[in-house]
Amino acid sequence: MLHIKCPHCGMRSQNEFSYGGDATVKRPELNKEVSDQDWDNFVYNRKSLRGKHLEFWQHLSGCRQWIKVERDTATHEIFKTLKANEDI
Amino acid sequence: MAQDFRLDTVGLINRDKKLSFEFNGKNYFGYEGDTLASALLANGVHLIGRSFKYHRPRGFFGAGVDEPYAIVQLYRNNETEPNVKTTEQELFEGLKATSVNCWPSVNFDIGAINNFLKVFLPAGFYYKTFMWPKSFWYKVYEPFIRKAAGLGVASIKHDKERYEHKYEYCDLLIAGSGPSGLASAYAAAKNGATVILAEDKSRFGGTLLTSEVNIGNQTGKEWVENIIAELKEMPNVTVKNRSQVFGYYDHNMLVMSEKISDHLPKTRKYHPKQRLWYIRAKEVLISSGSIERPLVFGNNDTPGVMLSSAAKEYLKVYGVLVGKKPLIFTNNDSGYETAIEFKKNGVEPIILDTRKEPNSEIIEEAKNLGIQIKFSYVVVAAKGYKKVKSAEVAKISDDKNELGILENITCDCICVSGFWTPTIHLASQSGNKTKFDKDIDAFVPGVSKQNETTLGAANGTFTLAETLKESFNAGYELSKKITKNDNKISHPIVVEKNKTTHDKFWCVPLPKGKNYKRFLDFQNDVAVSDIEIALKEGYRSIEHVKRYTTLGMATDQGKTSNLNGLQLVSNIENKIVPEVGHTTFRPPYTPVTIGAIVGREVGKHSRATRKSPLHSWHEKNNAVFVDAGVWLRPRYYKQGNETLFEGSKREAKNVRANVGVCDVTTLGKIDIKGPDAAELLNRVYTNAWLKLPVGKARYGVMLREDGIVMDDGTTTRISENHYHMTTTTAQAANVLSHLEYYLQLVWPELNVNVVSSTEQWAGAAIAGPKSRDLMQKLFPNIDASNEGLPFMGYLETKLFGATARIFRISFSGELAYEVNVESDNGNFMWEKIIEVGKEFEIQPYGTEALSTLRIEMGHVAGSELDGRTIPYDNSLEGLVSKKKDFIGKRSLNRKAFIAEDRQKVVGVVPLDKKTSIPEGSHLVKDANAQLPNPKLGYISASCWSVEHDNPFSLAILKDGKNMIGQKLFVMSPLKNITIPVEIVSSHYVDPKGERVRS
Repeated sequence: MLHIKCPHCGMRSQNEFSYGGDATVKRPELNKEVSDQDWDNFVYNRKSLRGKHLEFWQHLSGCRQWIKVERDTATHEIFKTLKANEDI
Repeated sequence: MAQDFRLDTVGLINRDKKLSFEFNGKNYFGYEGDTLASALLANGVHLIGRSFKYHRPRGFFGAGVDEPYAIVQLYRNNETEPNVKTTEQELFEGLKATSVNCWPSVNFDIGAINNFLKVFLPAGFYYKTFMWPKSFWYKVYEPFIRKAAGLGVASIKHDKERYEHKYEYCDLLIAGSGPSGLASAYAAAKNGATVILAEDKSRFGGTLLTSEVNIGNQTGKEWVENIIAELKEMPNVTVKNRSQVFGYYDHNMLVMSEKISDHLPKTRKYHPKQRLWYIRAKEVLISSGSIERPLVFGNNDTPGVMLSSAAKEYLKVYGVLVGKKPLIFTNNDSGYETAIEFKKNGVEPIILDTRKEPNSEIIEEAKNLGIQIKFSYVVVAAKGYKKVKSAEVAKISDDKNELGILENITCDCICVSGFWTPTIHLASQSGNKTKFDKDIDAFVPGVSKQNETTLGAANGTFTLAETLKESFNAGYELSKKITKNDNKISHPIVVEKNKTTHDKFWCVPLPKGKNYKRFLDFQNDVAVSDIEIALKEGYRSIEHVKRYTTLGMATDQGKTSNLNGLQLVSNIENKIVPEVGHTTFRPPYTPVTIGAIVGREVGKHSRATRKSPLHSWHEKNNAVFVDAGVWLRPRYYKQGNETLFEGSKREAKNVRANVGVCDVTTLGKIDIKGPDAAELLNRVYTNAWLKLPVGKARYGVMLREDGIVMDDGTTTRISENHYHMTTTTAQAANVLSHLEYYLQLVWPELNVNVVSSTEQWAGAAIAGPKSRDLMQKLFPNIDASNEGLPFMGYLETKLFGATARIFRISFSGELAYEVNVESDNGNFMWEKIIEVGKEFEIQPYGTEALSTLRIEMGHVAGSELDGRTIPYDNSLEGLVSKKKDFIGKRSLNRKAFIAEDRQKVVGVVPLDKKTSIPEGSHLVKDANAQLPNPKLGYISASCWSVEHDNPFSLAILKDGKNMIGQKLFVMSPLKNITIPVEIVSSHYVDPKGERVRS
């Protein structure tokens, strides 16, 4: 079980969190033309990276804040956790 | 009655307390402090079971966690547990055990015929023999193999014992209380660190209990007792025996299983049987010691052949002689220690040493005691079937290839020592890249991956002085890192006998003309010849060899067999062991009971049970409950002997004819506040929300980004910047998370707060033609007319002083209202509704009637919004705005979603108007078409229409738009049903929706 440092609450066990996918994917803006390819990339296409990965987690059973976690997908090492509005 | 093999004074058992027990129907006794293994050995019992494949007799091989043979079916307090290691099970009064894997009895075992068929049962035998024909596997081979090869039998009864979970944090977790564990724990504790010291056995001290050493002028045992006593007094130290740290997981999380009651005849009141600890440690010290390796020779699985360290432990801890004519077969000095203990207790051992002329203090001592030692000698084969009777021995050439003349030595046990294998399991589980140490012919931990340090024998350090030095230092350094304290303790002076190097020889060659089985894996019956076959057949990777031969795969996980297996593969392949590598060590290190893993989450505790505040009223009024997500909801209110069908029909009819009331508290509710609340709703829902007036509700559908319907519900504008959203019961938590995702990550500029208010409000849906009259009477202060409170209207009022929210919304398709009051007033509201409703012939209705009402009205719900359908499929396309953008809109113009013959919800009625249609059935055009019959759609929900008094179903049907009036067939191959049906509109009742607006 991972040990994740919520930037709002501190170190907590993984079972308080839920995973929310790749944090580098940006939703296309509303009311803008989006090509099929760009939309597919946003909705479906994900790189299954081995190594450092920036991802969203929600502190579901805690402060309910969505946070960013920089994690190694192979070793589970967590390098950094950030608030939603912070950049790496 | 004296015990033949028990010494009078030696050992740590309590001779004042006799314990009686039963094995295979015979009564024996042992003493407090015995294990089942030591008590059986004291009684001269060596035959415990039969082996897995050949059903050869099996006795004891070890004295602890490494035991491969001596497992039993244990009976305790009317419960039974399979595959219990006798070497770990402590004796208690009234213990009962039977052999596993033998039938009809351990002495006469029919499966033993396999032993004579062994030429036909080589490596990979199951794979080769039983693969053809395929149908035979399930019907003939597998049941046969299961019966013949099975181990113990699991109980099918509910386990009444309690198992606990515990979460703990500490600075240092120390796994193992041998010399390295004690020294590091003591140094760290004295330096102020919080320490958990775990020992899997009942006694602390590990090898210090059996070795002849002196630490600071105390015997090993005295030193252990003093350190443990001092540690127990320290507030920063938790000392746990009977506790096995079995798994090392990510981020320094370890799991430990503590056996609290297994050693007692019965679990004490208020005590759990076992406790599982989840420990997050800053630093982990692995002091798990080492396990003696077997030497491999002919028939080395015969009962009476055992590890020399085990023989010593039985003698020194339990006062038990494993034999009276012991033969010690060793390639190192450890065997001498065992021999000396035998000699000191009046038994004459013979030592066979594979080495030519070794020299050390301990060998000198053995010589001085007059012990007979034969150098350059090996055991070629054990003789005897159910017990060792003698040993075939021979001199071996210096190059270890040639055997001399075979001689016979009478003996009743053969104690083997093939040197030591460090127990590196935990280090390896943590990700440590282990390395091969040529000096000890074994793997030792390399570079740590997590914060783990391996000490003592587990690290390949085999002298006590070195072990203590490295352990005191590690405990001090690691605790200093954490506590910043600097209290160093002085190291005691250690006296131990020096030892010389071991012999790398471990596998005795077969003499000419003999084909003795030489076993590597005792529990899975894997012999040297099996590995040879596997390699001949082309298996190279050690992982493949393991799976093909089952080497190291049984409940002991190859603790004694793995390294010899690797050495053999290396020898045959002409590689060195590190090139072959070892198989992966996976948790758990030892078997853990399912009960401990599951803990308290059994039965109704396996998940949360949520009850509405009206639950007790439902109970009192004969509600039959159903699980709705985690909620318990009334399915119907049973009158007399009514069935579900009769009861729900009555309730639904009464809603259509008079008025009914339904507990809708479980619907998800989300309170939404903020100046941008309308904008959020406008982006989340498919329809327009910016112009919804205060005091009005609107139905909305929300999508995922891929265009699939996520949820639906009504949202009401309570005031300018305040909305009340409802969700389906099942999706409530997901919708809240979904909103939070967009508010926090995608559109943080929106000034909106969302919070779950599901528990804050109790809800009652009042539905039926007489609902208006009831509402007017219940709330005399409001204008309940169609003008005063129109369809989709909302107002807030008081119910006898309690705040009440009234929504004019309908799920049943009737004129209906939903009343919400604060949860604490829920029961009061409900009773008032029932009381006032009497004159309108009110009846409560459950989820079954609710479903009937919505199905015949054609309202889609969870069974249609199943995560695979888009708005069009549910005939909700009218709610999809063309003007504005919203979540998932861009996906809706994908090709498949706009296809002309896209699936759509329709109604289905059987032609005979009688036959009920099972949900999940398929719709096909031709009932007699060749299989696979093309599927046009599926039945999503079925009911008995109370309006039309015939069965009615909803279906998702291909090209549903153009199928109304068509005749199709419903087929359910599982139920062998074919029903001719007609496709009708999904709105089977009141298609224009006049009732809800009346």
